[in-house]
Amino acid sequence: MSAKAGTGSTFERQGLSDEQLVAILRIMILHRTLENRGFALNRQGKIPFASASEGHEAVQAGAAMAFERGKDILVPYYRDLGLDLGIGLTSYEVMLSLFARIDDHSAGRQFPHHYASKKLGLYTISSVIAAQTSHAVGAAYAMKLRKERGRAVLTTFGDGATSEGEWHEAVNFAATHKLPIVFLCENNEWAISTPLSAQMGQPDVYKRAAGYGMPGVVVNGFDPVACYAVTKEAMDRARHGGGPTLIEAKCYRILSHTTDDDDRSYRTREEVDERRKEDPVPAFERLLVEQGVLTLQSLEDLKASILAETNEATDRAETVAYPRPEDLFTRLHEGPWEPWQ
Amino acid sequence: MASTPTPTRRTLERHGLSDEQLKTIFRTMLLQRQLDNRGFQLNRQGKVPFALGSEGHEALQAGAAMAFVRGQDILAPYYRDLGLSIGIGLSPYEIMLSIFARADDHNGGRQFPNHYSSKRAGLMSFSSILAAHIPHAVGAAYAFKYRKETGRAVLVTFGDGTTSEGEWHESMNFAAVHKLPIVFLCENNQWAISTPLALQMGQPNIYKRADGYGMPGEQFDGFDPLATYDAVSRAMERARNGGGPTLLEGVCYRFLAHSTDDNDMTYRTREDVTERRKGDPVPRFENLLLESDIMNAEQVAAMKQDVLRETNEATDKAEAMPFPAADDLYKHVYEGAWEPWQ
Amino acid sequence: MAVATSSSQVLNNVEAVRATLYEALKADDKVVILGEDVGNRGNVFLITKDFVKEFGTERIIDTPIAEASIVGIAVGMAMEGLRPIAEIQFADFIYPAFNQIVGEAAKTRYRSNGEYTVPMVIRTPYGGGVRGALSHSVSVEALFYHVPGLKIVVPSFPADVKGLLNAAIDDPDPVLFLEHKKTYRLIKGEVPDGHYVIPIGKANVKKEGSQLTVVSYGLYVHWALEAANQLEGDGMSVEVIDLRSVRPMDKTAILESVRKTRKLLIIHEDNKFGGIGAEISAMVAEEALFDLDAPIRRLAAPDVPAMGYAMPLEEAYMSSPAKMAEAMRDMVKF
Repeated sequence: MSAKAGTGSTFERQGLSDEQLVAILRIMILHRTLENRGFALNRQGKIPFASASEGHEAVQAGAAMAFERGKDILVPYYRDLGLDLGIGLTSYEVMLSLFARIDDHSAGRQFPHHYASKKLGLYTISSVIAAQTSHAVGAAYAMKLRKERGRAVLTTFGDGATSEGEWHEAVNFAATHKLPIVFLCENNEWAISTPLSAQMGQPDVYKRAAGYGMPGVVVNGFDPVACYAVTKEAMDRARHGGGPTLIEAKCYRILSHTTDDDDRSYRTREEVDERRKEDPVPAFERLLVEQGVLTLQSLEDLKASILAETNEATDRAETVAYPRPEDLFTRLHEGPWEPWQ
Repeated sequence: MASTPTPTRRTLERHGLSDEQLKTIFRTMLLQRQLDNRGFQLNRQGKVPFALGSEGHEALQAGAAMAFVRGQDILAPYYRDLGLSIGIGLSPYEIMLSIFARADDHNGGRQFPNHYSSKRAGLMSFSSILAAHIPHAVGAAYAFKYRKETGRAVLVTFGDGTTSEGEWHESMNFAAVHKLPIVFLCENNQWAISTPLALQMGQPNIYKRADGYGMPGEQFDGFDPLATYDAVSRAMERARNGGGPTLLEGVCYRFLAHSTDDNDMTYRTREDVTERRKGDPVPRFENLLLESDIMNAEQVAAMKQDVLRETNEATDKAEAMPFPAADDLYKHVYEGAWEPWQ
Repeated sequence: MAVATSSSQVLNNVEAVRATLYEALKADDKVVILGEDVGNRGNVFLITKDFVKEFGTERIIDTPIAEASIVGIAVGMAMEGLRPIAEIQFADFIYPAFNQIVGEAAKTRYRSNGEYTVPMVIRTPYGGGVRGALSHSVSVEALFYHVPGLKIVVPSFPADVKGLLNAAIDDPDPVLFLEHKKTYRLIKGEVPDGHYVIPIGKANVKKEGSQLTVVSYGLYVHWALEAANQLEGDGMSVEVIDLRSVRPMDKTAILESVRKTRKLLIIHEDNKFGGIGAEISAMVAEEALFDLDAPIRRLAAPDVPAMGYAMPLEEAYMSSPAKMAEAMRDMVKF
């Protein structure tokens, strides 16, 4: 593919235009800004909880670029803020979720970052690990049954989810039926406090693919362009009858699991500091500047606009009302329904 | 130098097994088939409500049983493991008590046939629920490791269908993480009731899953008791000595229907089965023993006669035993005295 | 609420399930069936026999042996616009799917505030008296009826099987459809032709009476009717209600009857502690205590974990028309 002449060395842009590269970076920075805002709001006592995904920006923004809006379906997990933004979720919707306001997708019922939007092709999920994997497979089955070529499901999960029986059952079914689906593992090496070495007997999730009879691919999860490329290839294969793929993106969870977790109880500061040197956000900023895709000034402008957007979304969402007590009884079944009292 | 030609004689790869051990394997195979067929006959006679078939699994089970060290190892079998169970020491009488659901059955007549449980034999209790016993086996192996009992291992068996269950996956993964002393032995008979392997998984080799867990995987001919013994004994030995788990796949075939309640002609043809029966491990091993001069025809005939006699005696003795009493319903719900909610 | 149709035929419960599934598959190509052995074998009770020939392997799906994913994949299909009918081969095998039923299907509409829904049916044969031993005999309704968001149907008569299964398939929410396997071939009855629905949550007064209300469901409705008819000859008048649905439950029908007869006996095959009868008793005690002339009574299975395989154990576990008649007689005479 073309390499752009810039001030630095050439790089493999995998057919992405300057606009697309900047769009990826924008999602990465927005992801991080919104996420840090969640932690800040929690420390200010304004929201009870936030979950973290620092370190996942590259894989999520890259994979989202391979998603075709209005066509594909995303069945994410709770650490996919960047993926959700990348397929069209707005900062305001994120803030409504963090503040648990009435206008949130779930009307404040769910934990933050558990979205549900048919418009975006974004499935509702629970917090139960791997429970979404079989839903994704069911959706892919529906696409195959209806012979909807050109559509595919992208479903994501962490390394810990691969230990769940439901994950195995779902992946096996998709392989048996050659379904249009991509299983993307965001392997961040930690399941709350459990390191990968206590999660599985060998460290490579993608190696499980052969046992199911599907291609397995490993990619550097800190490289958004590489993540885009492998996801695009797998999604295209899925969209055109080539069956499922298991992708493993190796990344790292830089923050604690959530605001309720203190990672110092199970890993050292040195380990985290060491891994933060690979932080994909500044690395991709540097790359785009070096490649001449962005100037330093335009990068500053981008960051300023993201901060403004985050501030505005925060302020706007905070003023929205909470759900009312009577909302407890809505949307349990379709139509009128008599709660047992 | 002049040599005496022995054209019919075959050299047997005996994997260190003595003549006596080879005969024991053969006897277990004959006994399994005899007992298995007896269960089906008793069902047709209306004497028992249900029986399960394991024809086609004889070589695999008798070979694996020979790799089991009695008084030391633990077996966590599934419901198609009649041959393995007698191979590690269960008597035909115990089998018949189970088939007749009598009070003296291991489970007091509570469980379906072929669901044994015997601490004496090292045989763990299990239900009819597929894969539910796999984590139990892993738990037992963890206990061995925790207590530093090297020299002991768990042998856990299951069919090909069970490998699709989430619990199977969770168990494999845990055993690999902790390098536990356990051997996962899949008796791949190609059919899960009516579901063929092609609808069970996306590629046909179960042993290939081992790599994804980080343990060795090996496939062998499950119609060959000696190849089975070789693979299982090496894996058990590795497990006993701290080398961690192994996934083994013995390829065999289910000749009979799933159970007396199943009609396999609804989902496969007579020709399929007839074709596969040509590989029937029981006559095949019989021929091998004859051709290798381990046994002669008379000895084989005598052994078959003895197996039939033992089966008949066990049948008659078990049938004469009483059923459990209605009051037995309340036994063994909890330890000690307890008050049922009424 | 069966729609009047010009014709009907006599079917047993297996045939009623089969006919309803067949018509649903014919009527709507969004309907798919998935489960263990539902395809080439046509289900272990032959309910879906030959469906695969007519509707193809894409709509009649022989799944791997993996219950959590059978239900979970059906949830995803439903979210994506199909109408899946998932089958758990025996109710005893449903436990690995517990999270998908209770944690996912029942909560999806609620958690997404109506954005996503799970219109699906989970069919499963349950119940004992068939020499099914510990793992082919259980009643599971009490484990699930605690869960809002889920509907649970337990039909006993062929016409109800069809009307309620149609209602379940049409229902916009997840429905657990429990079929008592002993009634499968034992119970026959007139079944109207064509599509009709019986609303989920409506009980049916199978026999009117004035001295005692008996509430039951499943196989035991048939036995309760047998016992009540027997007492009729002795001059005792017992009303028998077939609940048909245990969630939602027909409070009105139960209370109307109890206020008339002033006595209540609840009969179920599942054990007593925390069973369906516990909720009915509590509800009637709250709503109609002073209408009662006798303490509420529950006739249920012994407080043991499972049904044994040996005949004496099974018989001791199961109730019988005679035991039911005895309890009814005691109540009427109280």
